[in-house]
Amino acid sequence: MRLVAIGLAAGVFAALFGVGGGILVVPLLILVASLPPRIATATSLGAIGITALAGVIVYGVRGEIDPAYGALVGLPGAAGALLGSTLQQRLRTTTITYGFALLLTALGIWLFVT
Amino acid sequence: MSTTTIALALLLGFAAGVCAGLFGVGGGILFVPTLVALGLGQVEAQATSLLAILPTAAVGAWNQRRYGNLQARTALIVGLVSVAGVELGARIATSVPEHVLRRVFAVLLFAVAAQLAWRAYRSSRRGSHYPGTR
Repeated sequence: MRLVAIGLAAGVFAALFGVGGGILVVPLLILVASLPPRIATATSLGAIGITALAGVIVYGVRGEIDPAYGALVGLPGAAGALLGSTLQQRLRTTTITYGFALLLTALGIWLFVT
Repeated sequence: MSTTTIALALLLGFAAGVCAGLFGVGGGILFVPTLVALGLGQVEAQATSLLAILPTAAVGAWNQRRYGNLQARTALIVGLVSVAGVELGARIATSVPEHVLRRVFAVLLFAVAAQLAWRAYRSSRRGSHYPGTR
């Protein structure tokens, strides 16, 4: 039931701001579902993959996706994700959590000023 | 498109991926502005960003699975439900002014950030708060 609420919140957030739901899924998995931060970030990536796939199908049918540009940023994105998730294994749990809190604060400020 | 533009797009894509791998986000926060800067409209940029998120999240999740960190069932439930949430969000977006939504969410993010930082602080004072993790 908690997972359903987390998924709903993430989807609503994604639709409203066009950013992935991950920014909300990770803290909710930590705070509401009590997952350790490393597990939460890993599981969030899996959930985002599913959501993005659904979005790609919907927008793809409408012809609103530019595949060349998608590959231009998405392929280096995949390489970056490999590096980032490997590096993350060397970080302490508290470091990941503080880093994420910083990321949220930065996004909050961005929402205020833009 | 100039070589500099392509190099910059590759670099920003890579940076978005590193963020995604480190923090479990999709990278859309960086993908969308990059795609807008490349000349796509806001709608196309957000749609195309989803295509970029796909390999980014897939590779990140696959790598995390090798380390035994992925809870596949949880990911499946959250991912599928959030597809329904997108539909709900689209309806809310049309009925509430955007600047109100942005401020409400900004405050929400600050509150969540404070909660996370507090939890990390508490667990570092007590030693590891989570069994089986460093």
